[in-house]
Amino acid sequence: MYAQPDPTGHFGRFGGRFMPEALIAPLDELDRAWTDAKADPVFVAELDRMLREYANVPSPLYEAHRFSEAAGARILLKREDLNHTGAHKIRNVIGQALLAKRIGKPRAIAETGAGQHGVASATACAYLDLECVVYMGELDTQRQALNVARMKMLGAEVVPVTTGSRTLKDAINEALRDWVASVDTTSYLFGTAAGPHPFPSMVRDLTRGIGDEARAQVLELAGALPDAAVACVGGGSNAIGLFTAFIDDADVRLVGIEAGGDGVETGRHAATITGGDVGVLHGARSFLLQDEDGQTIESHSISAGLDYPGVGPEHSFLADTGRASYVPATDAAAMSAFDLLCKTEGIIPAIESAHALAGALELAKELGPDSTILVNLSGRGDKDVHTAAEYFGLIDEPVVLEQGVEE
Amino acid sequence: MTTIDELFVRTRAENRAALVGYLPAGFPSKELSIKAIEAMVEGGVDLVEVGLPYSDPVMDGPTIQAAADQALRAGTRTTDVIDVVRASAATGAPTVVMTYWNPVERFGVNRFAEALADAGGAGLITPDLIPDEAAEWIAASEQYGLDRIFLVAPSSTDARLAMTADAASGFVYATAVMGVTGAREQTSSLGPELVARLRQVTDKPVGVGLGVSNGDQAREVAAFADAVIVGSALVRCLLDAEDESAGLEAIRRLAQDLRAGVERTQIT
Repeated sequence: MYAQPDPTGHFGRFGGRFMPEALIAPLDELDRAWTDAKADPVFVAELDRMLREYANVPSPLYEAHRFSEAAGARILLKREDLNHTGAHKIRNVIGQALLAKRIGKPRAIAETGAGQHGVASATACAYLDLECVVYMGELDTQRQALNVARMKMLGAEVVPVTTGSRTLKDAINEALRDWVASVDTTSYLFGTAAGPHPFPSMVRDLTRGIGDEARAQVLELAGALPDAAVACVGGGSNAIGLFTAFIDDADVRLVGIEAGGDGVETGRHAATITGGDVGVLHGARSFLLQDEDGQTIESHSISAGLDYPGVGPEHSFLADTGRASYVPATDAAAMSAFDLLCKTEGIIPAIESAHALAGALELAKELGPDSTILVNLSGRGDKDVHTAAEYFGLIDEPVVLEQGVEE
Repeated sequence: MTTIDELFVRTRAENRAALVGYLPAGFPSKELSIKAIEAMVEGGVDLVEVGLPYSDPVMDGPTIQAAADQALRAGTRTTDVIDVVRASAATGAPTVVMTYWNPVERFGVNRFAEALADAGGAGLITPDLIPDEAAEWIAASEQYGLDRIFLVAPSSTDARLAMTADAASGFVYATAVMGVTGAREQTSSLGPELVARLRQVTDKPVGVGLGVSNGDQAREVAAFADAVIVGSALVRCLLDAEDESAGLEAIRRLAQDLRAGVERTQIT
């Protein structure tokens, strides 16, 4: 039986807590609170009810016949795009916000890149009556003006971050700076399965419903487990949510698709495991994109939600042990898969999820027509219409309101 | 006995607190950062913290972020930081490096310790490395005779205070506020409380930092701490200065003011 992390938050040599001492006691408290909450049937029932009634969970499993035909393998889509707010993120955020209520902290902060975790956080805070402050890189607030408006409509305060590269990693830095000064009254709703312990395992616990549901749904539909389970990986929350249910099923291949940008060989990418090295960023040891001196390198991807130079420590562990493999899909491959899903199924995927589709198309060639491939369709593409339309040359005016989603 | 241990023997004999000054290497340039360190030592700084500029400084407020950013844009490398340490140690003031952990891990923990010791450095202050994660550094520090300055905070439990003080050497760095680096109008009431709690579990010297920006605040802190740590206010001198010599003069004068404060005497 797979049992990670160890009690100190390590997945083998990865994970841990590389954080200012000021945050260690609060992280310990959070760890205890989460351990208690998930063992409390009242809390678990309440969270289940909220996910069911409010977030539209469980999401359906959908057999994509025409896409399968084009792919040359049986492709099953886990429809996280149908969740409230349009992505798997709501599972994580409702859980963390409900925990914040239980702990009794009235204020919540979050970081966001493209805005999807920020929107999910603002949503959950409105739903659960928490004050919400979202840190967002100034560059991203300009690129994602519509999501900034959504967060404000939902009652959140959006703080543009003007330091560093003015993107997601700097938004995380600024949220951590807020948290170290406000931790008595404030919960940090962390957006992905990365960061210091207990965030990677807590976020996994909250997203693992994706895989638990899908495993049962695939067994019911196909009568057997899939040959492979595929998900895109930025920080890695949707992928760890899918993979966890299958880790002990040795015959199910687990494949994480990283954002290959212009191609890993060009250096302009966000393929952290494929093209990075082991180091410490944002509180955990994991793979990251860094220069010779250990300074973080900016990542590049057409998908704002995958555009992060780090990755959750459990993915680094699964890569290290060989239980999961991580391969890149370029912007071009992802957009080609995006187009194919639109045309064959009438589903516009998030560009993040299109990376997983591109990975599935490659895998189909290898596994052949008798294989079954489960793909996590982690989010919907409404937010990406402008980016995609520009990419495909369907509009010619400059980007005004472009949106994105974190994987 | 390390050079830091000797410093605290001396300052205790002189019935005063030690003055610790922080400046980032490579800000605004490598040469000027060395001159700035020399100026603050001339002004009375007893122990120098050389900052290693890092791309993601989560413990730092806007002043030190801006300086680190500028140092990185100027092309400051880890090896430059070692050069600055060498120049700083040559002033006679014990010199430590204040660094986030990833650059050390990337350089190689042993290789970094060896280079630091070779440059005359006295140890490391590690704002995002807690003793729980520090086995490799603890071993390397012992091998190369370097001090390990770990941080404690008002939120630290008594058990963590004891564990951290036990793992530390040279001195224990007490962050007097819950927050990031930067000058504050008032020193925090959390400082005396935290130091009192530390005294229950260790007799190692305690340095107090975060928020001290002038001689009066230094005097307040010197009343209960073994060392007063000043960073952002010194960096500010360089950020705000009209030219090089004005910046260096401002640093020298601030160091003198702070030094009078840690000597627990009133300026008349």
